[in-house]
Amino acid sequence: MITAEIMGAWLVVLLTLCIFSFLYKDNPFYKAAEHLYVGVSAGYVAVISFWQQIQPNLFGRLWPKLEDTGEVSVLKSVWYSVYEILNFISTGFGTLERSIFPEGGIKGYDEIRLMYLIPFILGIFMLLRLVPKLGWLARWAIAYIVGMAAGLRFYGFLNSDILMQIQSVAIDFTADWGSIINAIILFIGTMTGLIYFFYSTEHKGVVGRLSRIGIYFLMIKFGASFGFAVMGRISLLIGRMNQLKDYSAAEYNYATPIILVFIIISLAIWSFMDGGNKNESTA
Amino acid sequence: MNNKVIMWSVLFLILLGLYIMGEGMIFIEGARVKFAAILIVSITIYYYIDRARSGEEIYLRTIPGLKALEEAVGRATEMGKSVLFVPGISDLDQVETITGLNILGHVAEHTAKYEASLNVPVSKSIVMEAGRDICREAYLKAGRPDLYSDDMVHYLTDDQFAYAAGVNGIMIREKPAACFYLGKFYAESLILAETGNSIGAIQIAGTGSMAQIPFFVTACDYTLIGEEFFTASAYLSKKPELLGSIKGQDIVKLLVMATMVLTVVLNGLFQAGWISFDILSYL
Repeated sequence: MITAEIMGAWLVVLLTLCIFSFLYKDNPFYKAAEHLYVGVSAGYVAVISFWQQIQPNLFGRLWPKLEDTGEVSVLKSVWYSVYEILNFISTGFGTLERSIFPEGGIKGYDEIRLMYLIPFILGIFMLLRLVPKLGWLARWAIAYIVGMAAGLRFYGFLNSDILMQIQSVAIDFTADWGSIINAIILFIGTMTGLIYFFYSTEHKGVVGRLSRIGIYFLMIKFGASFGFAVMGRISLLIGRMNQLKDYSAAEYNYATPIILVFIIISLAIWSFMDGGNKNESTA
Repeated sequence: MNNKVIMWSVLFLILLGLYIMGEGMIFIEGARVKFAAILIVSITIYYYIDRARSGEEIYLRTIPGLKALEEAVGRATEMGKSVLFVPGISDLDQVETITGLNILGHVAEHTAKYEASLNVPVSKSIVMEAGRDICREAYLKAGRPDLYSDDMVHYLTDDQFAYAAGVNGIMIREKPAACFYLGKFYAESLILAETGNSIGAIQIAGTGSMAQIPFFVTACDYTLIGEEFFTASAYLSKKPELLGSIKGQDIVKLLVMATMVLTVVLNGLFQAGWISFDILSYL
């Protein structure tokens, strides 16, 4: 019997092997999987961002459930009439059922946070790109993001990249000899590495020699980092291979071998036909 | 000592005094060193920007990867192929993305000048908007607004590997002669750089993501390592304020190095019991 689990397994195997087929060359299987992946992920991210961020965190803070916010005043009623207007627009002028703006406000928060009008307005500015005459307003939103990020990161980088680095180079002279030598090597590496990143001085003489030592330290670090990442990638590959092996069992109707043979035969036919040649000739 | 140094030193002392007086009331407690460090870094950089603006010549050492930017665009033009620019997968709240977009402006100016086609796939909507603004301006500056089209900066998807698959597809099908990877990258870096390598494109990469630099070093023709990437805007534009900030940052590095040496010495003396001042407790 074909269950949802078996269908899911076949889909997983098909898409995995379609992506792996790129190892041969660009082909219709890879193209199909790639376009599906790009399209589905773009749509998925858009939906997730709206329903997990914008709706509960932005609209939910601006218009929380009215009954949870305490006494209902005239001002609140006016504010919630804006909510009703937005609902009217979002339901296609009343033709669809309520979804984004539920009756009486959004559950989750118990006070109206008007501060969130700022991101709301900046978000609208971004959307004004669609109106050529007002498109320039989007720059305000972009400027806010860049400025805010620069200020916020400055403190973070200063703390982690400067102050903590200074703390880390302090050699613990009470430790054993091995650790002291290790700390001295790190100290030299940090100093010479910093010298390599001097731009307003020519790298000649002593500065040149020290910066060369610095680049050796950097390359050793990159080598170690490369090896570490390759090991991680191989473990990911092993995970994928294990899954393909699991799905080749009888309980999944031999999904892996059947799809593998199908893809190989199809690729062979495709290669001998015009499709493959045309693709090569454009290379 | 010139007047400006005295003026900035007095300002530093006043601000630090204000912090100490307002500690616990206006300012958070226990962040004296961080506050002083922020002031020192900011004042030093601003001081050198001011000097550069007043006409002082600032020397900047050669960075091969940046010199190769124009060469790569020229090569693409000669071959009649396109130029691919990947600004990474992060949003505008990352300094690497901002730097990448700054360099995009220079690359776009060259593609406009040489009439080469430019392709910029992005993974964030705000980056797309900023990228379009930058390219439009660059084409206008180069006197070729007729060559600009919004489609040259286009959105693929937010998802990391779907984006990598999409960019791979573009590379394999369009076969750009020059690929630029300048921005914030994660695990997709090697996938992109390897594909670019397989199509024989000249590749220039730059990122501040230390874990990804090894992959770019392995697969690309030129790699801007960490801070080399951040100096690109100054190097390419030669604007005095940017050159001044590079000089200021070099001085900050020198101060950091001096602090490191002082930390090691004072910590050693403290551990030997010769002084009772523990510098590490202050950092």
